[in-house]
Amino acid sequence: MAQGTFHVGNAAGFATDRVDAGAPVVKALIESGAPAALFYETLAERTLAYAQRNKMRDPDKGYTPDLERFLAPVLADCVAHKIPILGNFGAANPAGAARAIHRLARELGIEDIKVAVVEGDDVREGLRAMQVQAWEEEPLFDVGRHDIVAANAYLGARPIADALALGADVVVTGRVTDSALALAPLLHHFGWDDHDWDRVAAGVLTGHLLECGAQATGGYFADPGYKDVPDMADIGYPIAEVSGDGDIVLTKPAGTGGRVDSRTVKEQILYEIHDPANYLTPDVTLDLMQVSVSDAGFDRVAVAGAKGRPAPETLKVTISFEGGWLGEGEISYAGPGAAARARLAAQTAKQRVEREFPDLTVRTDVLGLVSVLDGDGAGLAQSHTDTDWQDVRVRLAVNAEDETTAARAAREVETLYCAGPAGGAGVRLNVSPRIKTASCLIPREAIQPRVRLVGPDDV
Amino acid sequence: MSDPLIEVPLREIAHGRTGDKGDRSNVSVIPYAEDGFAVIAEQVTAARMRDAFAHRGAGKVVRYDLPVLGAFNFVLDDVLQGGVNGSLNLDGHGKSLSFLALSVSVKVPQSVVDNARAARNGDKR
Repeated sequence: MAQGTFHVGNAAGFATDRVDAGAPVVKALIESGAPAALFYETLAERTLAYAQRNKMRDPDKGYTPDLERFLAPVLADCVAHKIPILGNFGAANPAGAARAIHRLARELGIEDIKVAVVEGDDVREGLRAMQVQAWEEEPLFDVGRHDIVAANAYLGARPIADALALGADVVVTGRVTDSALALAPLLHHFGWDDHDWDRVAAGVLTGHLLECGAQATGGYFADPGYKDVPDMADIGYPIAEVSGDGDIVLTKPAGTGGRVDSRTVKEQILYEIHDPANYLTPDVTLDLMQVSVSDAGFDRVAVAGAKGRPAPETLKVTISFEGGWLGEGEISYAGPGAAARARLAAQTAKQRVEREFPDLTVRTDVLGLVSVLDGDGAGLAQSHTDTDWQDVRVRLAVNAEDETTAARAAREVETLYCAGPAGGAGVRLNVSPRIKTASCLIPREAIQPRVRLVGPDDV
Repeated sequence: MSDPLIEVPLREIAHGRTGDKGDRSNVSVIPYAEDGFAVIAEQVTAARMRDAFAHRGAGKVVRYDLPVLGAFNFVLDDVLQGGVNGSLNLDGHGKSLSFLALSVSVKVPQSVVDNARAARNGDKR
């Protein structure tokens, strides 16, 4: 262990991530003997909309559905070893999540657990009164529209660090920037000034490296023969060892699968980055132009050179709207001539859907020939050469205003059983509601984040 | 006399990853070996990447060069056909698109391909 480092581990990069990833990370944090924190990132852009829907059905819900499964394997060890757990798993109901954590702690026989919540990100009610500005080139939407499911501002690390200062064992948030969950314990531990821009930038880069879990340690990476990754079934989730000056070493628990090398780290540094000199967060404007990576041992990579400039005066808000319905149908064709039969099936189903619903947008694919890389106009598929023997699947998809239309369109794939080409097999239909999102900016002062401890019976 | 050039897919000398926000996609292109950087800088221009994504309706394409990190970041507008919001593509996030980017071809001496392979194989597990 390097002198004076603080270790930050990640145990989840999205709401339905592996629930057994945390235990090996916590074991490694404990064995290192260094002061440490563990975080879970579980809120993709539209996850909060689904959480709001869950909360509408049951006011006690609206937090990450797998919360208990994520925390049960690690909670007792973390509390015993003073490793705070941070997570945006509060989603639409941080206080509800806090109560659920108290119930879990009681079941596990843990006494004296302090759970803090960070609130104030939910701006569904307040948005209309705010000075809303457009996000990048997006047109500004009507903040008064009635189909808003969720509207949340991205909060930064300061309120989370304040929650740690209250002595919290677990800090539950709603929408915060993913990287704030790693920056906050660093601010708290090292006492960094919020305006010490280079150190804050290093903390944000730490969070950015960790926030997608296994994506830093060999996940979303393997390409056999080019980039081989050992034991992907048990990939170790990432740990960053950070110095008081903001030097970072990225690693993973010993004895786990996956790999940490300059390639896995470089890919994750640029993941979801647009202008690398201006990565905007509520905590700092991060500049990656001088960032370098170097080998620091087996499964260890040093990352240095993050630069920071003042954070923007505005906060990003993401709004989710009702987005109509997606209808999908699939059917398989296999063996000699399968590609030709599949193309005929796709054309047949599409013709019938377009005739019945002239206003619908319809897309068909033949999965196994060319599909996800293609455009809606099937430009690549038209130039694809079929081989003689195939095992392919036709997919038809539509966007519809209402559930009935989506279902009727999808059903045209099912009718291919009897009325389509020879050998059509294995139909699956799916009809699901869609969520659309848009973003805008609000002045920083429009939001007052609230931090408080929540007891087992507090509302 | 200089070495003869061979035409290979970018995947032979570089790797990459796709990310998305809204209807905008970013694809990192990272050379395996140092000598791949200049090749990509010269040959894999924003315009060539835009051509590779023409069938997806690519709008503006910007290439950011990161010589210190040893990587490139391509930001492609309008290639997600509405993004997760409205795309009818199975891959609404465009997570598979890095492999479309890596299918762009480059013309290089055999040594550049060999160096990339050596860099990949130097750390086999």
